[in-house]
Amino acid sequence: MTATQETLKQTPLYSEHIGLNARIVPFGGWEMPVQYEGILAEYGHTRKAVTLFDTCHMGEFIVTGDCIANGLNEIVTMSIADMPVNSCRYGMMLNEHGGVIDDLIVFRQEKEKWFIVVNGATTAKDAAHFRKHLRQPEAFKDISASIGKIDVQGPLSLEILKKYVPGIGKLAYYTFAHFDLLGERVLISRTGYTGELGYEIYSSSRTVVPIWRELLKNKEVKPAGLGARDMLRLEAGYSLYGHELNEDITPLEAGLSKFTDFTKNFIGKEALLKQKESGPRRTLAGFISDTRRAPRQDQKIYAAGGEAIGLVTSGTFSPFRQKGIGLGFVLPGCAQKGATIYFAEDKNAAKITGKFFYQNDSLKKTTT
Amino acid sequence: MEVVDYNLYTKEHEWVNIEDGIATVGISDYAQEALGDITFVELPKAGDEVEQFEEFASVESVKAANDIFSPISGKVIEVNKNLDSDPGLINRSAYEKGWIAKIKISDPEETSNLMTAEEYLKFLESIG
Repeated sequence: MTATQETLKQTPLYSEHIGLNARIVPFGGWEMPVQYEGILAEYGHTRKAVTLFDTCHMGEFIVTGDCIANGLNEIVTMSIADMPVNSCRYGMMLNEHGGVIDDLIVFRQEKEKWFIVVNGATTAKDAAHFRKHLRQPEAFKDISASIGKIDVQGPLSLEILKKYVPGIGKLAYYTFAHFDLLGERVLISRTGYTGELGYEIYSSSRTVVPIWRELLKNKEVKPAGLGARDMLRLEAGYSLYGHELNEDITPLEAGLSKFTDFTKNFIGKEALLKQKESGPRRTLAGFISDTRRAPRQDQKIYAAGGEAIGLVTSGTFSPFRQKGIGLGFVLPGCAQKGATIYFAEDKNAAKITGKFFYQNDSLKKTTT
Repeated sequence: MEVVDYNLYTKEHEWVNIEDGIATVGISDYAQEALGDITFVELPKAGDEVEQFEEFASVESVKAANDIFSPISGKVIEVNKNLDSDPGLINRSAYEKGWIAKIKISDPEETSNLMTAEEYLKFLESIG
């Protein structure tokens, strides 16, 4: 059976998207909205106002117990034992070779209760990995099917959400709390995938439709699809699993070392230590095209001398830069900032800049 | 989706409008809608000799890059420079402000290889 013949899953918001005239595409086993009125318009609305993204396809797990005793600490790369309750932390889970099984966010709900958010397309594989490596299998629950999730992103996100949850202003970047919203207790975190001030609302899969509809009653709020989401995350320099991350790529190569904690044990650590000694096989480079031409995934990257040095993993037109931008893996030593590279067969010139093409101070600022 | 009756069309969704031996060329409203937001146009150069149905420009959208084929043979005499800074003109005005190039045609009989608006509409219906 090929991927296209498989039954694609629909989120609880599917009929909302149809009602909003969304263009639907298959994405990681799900039927998801790629755009509503247009990718550039939705991008622009997220950067200047506020948009909603249906992220119900993502996976959510609960792990209970002491993270050291139950083995959770060794499944994830980042330090979690020191996390305050009501904080979240980004990291990865690795295989024995140091390759990335998935990137994820761990939320500490209680001293011994962990809420873990993973990618939609990898949820089943991730759940199997947790079940295999947790010392107490009963400590694990996959609650993905019962959870609805909406991302509320953009500079006006706080103003809009305050109308419904007055206490939300106290949330600092990468923290969360529980709030009453439309009669249900929901979890809201100050996190996102756009580089803007923003929040993610985790509700029951039943309540997600009324929340979506209620938020869209505000004239400042519009829906945004996967097309805008990819453009926004790429400008902000966020990795996308399946592009900058996969089971053959290590966090050292992907430029995500700061989300690994070598003072503890974790699966894949030995392989990473070896790679630290031998040096990574490649390194992730961010680059800006000299023109509006966008690099595309799998195009080759060439050095000034004409030799092939890597491959594009993601590329888009950047409205912020008014140029094409891209990420790609190149040979070690070929990612110096300022260096000129060329992408695609027709050798379009680009400059290596680093991956943070867009940064907005409001993302992490203190709010009230 | 609009198909204006004063143009001729190709199966690759280019349009051409010929006046006094000069062909103005662009892509159809159907094409711009299928492409989505256009972010980059690689224009031909004035002076380029082009052949009918051969690649002479490319258009990139937020979704993909697409080659554009010349509907007619001849010499490029002018290109729409406004597309360099505002490629979205094609989305907003495919048949007017979003023209791509003007070509001095070398063989008027080539128009018999093109579709009238009526034929193009039928063609669009046939491809669903």
